Amino acid sequence: MSRAADLIGFLDRVPFARTLGIRCEVHGDEMTAVLPFDEKLIGNVGIRAIHGGAIGAFLEITAMAQVFLASELERMPRPIDLTIDYLRSGRAEDLYARAQIRKFGSRMASVHAEAWQTERNKPVAALRAQFLVQERKSEDA
Amino acid sequence: MADNSPPEIDIETIKRYAHLMMEGVPWASTLGFKVTDVERGRAFATAPWREDLVGDPDTGVIHGGVITALLDNICGVAVATRLNEIKAMATLDLRIDYMRPAEKGREIIGEAECYHITRSVAFTHAWAYHDSRDRIIASASGAFALNDPKRWSPGGGGTAAIARAAGAKS
Repeated sequence: MSRAADLIGFLDRVPFARTLGIRCEVHGDEMTAVLPFDEKLIGNVGIRAIHGGAIGAFLEITAMAQVFLASELERMPRPIDLTIDYLRSGRAEDLYARAQIRKFGSRMASVHAEAWQTERNKPVAALRAQFLVQERKSEDA
Repeated sequence: MADNSPPEIDIETIKRYAHLMMEGVPWASTLGFKVTDVERGRAFATAPWREDLVGDPDTGVIHGGVITALLDNICGVAVATRLNEIKAMATLDLRIDYMRPAEKGREIIGEAECYHITRSVAFTHAWAYHDSRDRIIASASGAFALNDPKRWSPGGGGTAAIARAAGAKS
């Protein structure tokens, strides 16, 4: 089975990924994550903006999925820390995201990700995260 | 000029209506968040353990994205407790450190502190834990932009929900 098929099979098994509604489309070595708009994702009912926490989770899973694709890991990598910059409010429309691995080390991976809506060059939010990519032998993080 | 100035918010009003800042927010209520307590500059909330919030099907650990949403939202509530007038709030940035996984089957407590506020920005810290801040699941720090509600949140979320409820009562 290809790494992409592994990823999609894995995401299908993650209850929260289904609750959020994230979908990953893999073409060659490039992955685009899609978050179809749903009323439940709203964070500000006045301006009908998507919740920052939903956008953050979407970017986190996008970054995680990209690391998974680029690795031989049997499980999803664990996030160590992440920073989300909110650049524009997310309107009541579908969101897209792509992630880029800046460094894939033997223990950690540093990843950037960006989410946008109608225009790729007008990002809604950006994420920077560190993931643990060493397979877990004991319970130490 | 009086008709143009925003109504003042006192802490009793905030205490009474703070729960709306999660119950009235679709994503927060979808995830089952509840505001449990507020005081000036500080707010507490809970996230339940639920099957549909699990991030790791093998261990039953809640997904980090749930904690991100909880801490983002509770930071916003903490900011609201320091406002003397109605403002629209938007998260500028949020940094999360994951210390240890949450335990399967247990509710997560979110606690946030708004430790500095200016006319246009509020600064916050937040923690997620099961029992106490001695054993933290995750910590966060976030900055929030404070905007004119007339331009940003017509009849909308955040403190506007509190203002609406307070207005409806009086």
